[in-house]
Amino acid sequence: MTDLPHLAAAAQVDTGDTAWMLVATALVLMMTPALGLFYAGLVRSKNTLNTFMMCVGAIAVATVTWALVGYSLAFDGDGDIIGGLGYTFLQDVGFEPRDGTTIPHLVFFAFQATFCIITTALVSGAVVERMRFGAFLVFAALWSVLVYAVLAHWAFGGGWLIEGGTLDFAGGVPVEMGSGFSALAAALVVGARKDYGRQALLPHNSVYALLGAGLLWFGWFGFNGGSGFSTGNSGVLAFTNTLLTPACTLVVWFLLDALRGRRVTAIGAATAIIVGCVGITPAGGFISPGWAMVLGAVAALPAYAVIVWRPRTRVDETLDVLAAHGIAGFTGILFIGFFAQESWNGVSDGLLYGNAAQLGDQALAAIAAPAYAFGATFVLLKVIMRVMPLRATEREEALGMDIVQHGEEAYATGEGAILIAPETDDEAAVPVADPV
Amino acid sequence: MKLVIGIVRPEKANDVLEALYRAEVRGVSMSRVQGHGGELDQVETYRGTTVKMGLAEKVRFEIAVSDAFVQPTIEALCEGGRTGEVGDGKIFVVPLERAIRIRTGETDHGAVTPVSK
Repeated sequence: MTDLPHLAAAAQVDTGDTAWMLVATALVLMMTPALGLFYAGLVRSKNTLNTFMMCVGAIAVATVTWALVGYSLAFDGDGDIIGGLGYTFLQDVGFEPRDGTTIPHLVFFAFQATFCIITTALVSGAVVERMRFGAFLVFAALWSVLVYAVLAHWAFGGGWLIEGGTLDFAGGVPVEMGSGFSALAAALVVGARKDYGRQALLPHNSVYALLGAGLLWFGWFGFNGGSGFSTGNSGVLAFTNTLLTPACTLVVWFLLDALRGRRVTAIGAATAIIVGCVGITPAGGFISPGWAMVLGAVAALPAYAVIVWRPRTRVDETLDVLAAHGIAGFTGILFIGFFAQESWNGVSDGLLYGNAAQLGDQALAAIAAPAYAFGATFVLLKVIMRVMPLRATEREEALGMDIVQHGEEAYATGEGAILIAPETDDEAAVPVADPV
Repeated sequence: MKLVIGIVRPEKANDVLEALYRAEVRGVSMSRVQGHGGELDQVETYRGTTVKMGLAEKVRFEIAVSDAFVQPTIEALCEGGRTGEVGDGKIFVVPLERAIRIRTGETDHGAVTPVSK
């Protein structure tokens, strides 16, 4: 949304920009299965598939809602609170360049769709291991429109935040704070897992978590690097900052781990990669590489503190979406207010470079986005709860969501499995995967 | 001196361990096993292949105890392992001929619960 003036003036599709944005879109779409892998590694083995499937489900549901109505509400017109309905069902979204960019409107739509998808998937981290799959899909469909599209309009689509001067390069408002504070609300409404606080609930495959985090980082180059919608300066700056910031977060996280437990942990490293990528998301195209490195170090501290503190509470925000996304995104948004540099971004300076007003604009976003995300998600889930149960029964939770919700196991050995011949029509007579 | 074998649901294994700990039973082995009891078979589908899972995941506890501890051990297994549904498992108590603690060479009652102070 922050294009260099010469790009905004050009009303023509640029082949180089379009080529990059096609790749960037594919990179961001890959982040959602990568998130599924990351999340699946962090849960118990009996919930592996269900956890992964929530991310796959987000791809299914949020893509459809985005094409039908979400994109239009986010990106049609410059209403203060919400966009118009001019692009519903993708009408008028074609090959001509999207206003203010040099890429076809269709590519712009697809790129933004991948953001809506991963943000919806992120929220699932708060409710894994007990929320019913069907209820999650209903929640995902409504959330992607009522919460994500609204926040995306505020920060990207011409809503009151971007018009008021808030800088958000790649989604500190809709993606990171939007998912993080929604996750807190979801954890409160859905409630803790039955064994939470009674038993040790450990990650079952740390390698998945590390591999997932690594793939997320890879995809994040498209996420941040594509958010300039061109191969221009801001995209290049954000691309390189996406390398620098998470590396610094890793270093600081290693130190914090070592100070606290005398060992550097693998799950901690996977978390640090996410925290660093989140921190640079809003700031990517606005701060110098030097400050991006500082941001990486700074962002580690509050996120680490919340991750240490949260499990001591009764709030089972299971995979710490609030800490890794909400808090790190909050840090990144505020950081812009201090350290944005017009000589690097061509848009605005922060407090340190003489423009205190920028910090005010950033603080406004840092208050408004969490408040809306938390409040709207809380109300939405309370409403859904009146129509359908949100969680599985205790018995189902004990059995594991893979078998109960999907009738599959992640690590099926086949021992003792008796083939039911397809031609014999006794499938109906066999008890379905429904625990007695 | 008996060997108490308890076969329970995996999701109840932690509850059983807690109950055993409260009953002051020390010295437990645990292994993952698969078995078939009276419960309904789970049906699973992988693409076009539908299967009936004839064997269910269970956890098998093996606990060697002196005679006075047999009843508390059984009670702990029942208390920790029971859900009331079919598939809660079984307990078998078998006589134990000898027991030796490898570290000290202690034998029999000296080597099983209660642990000599």
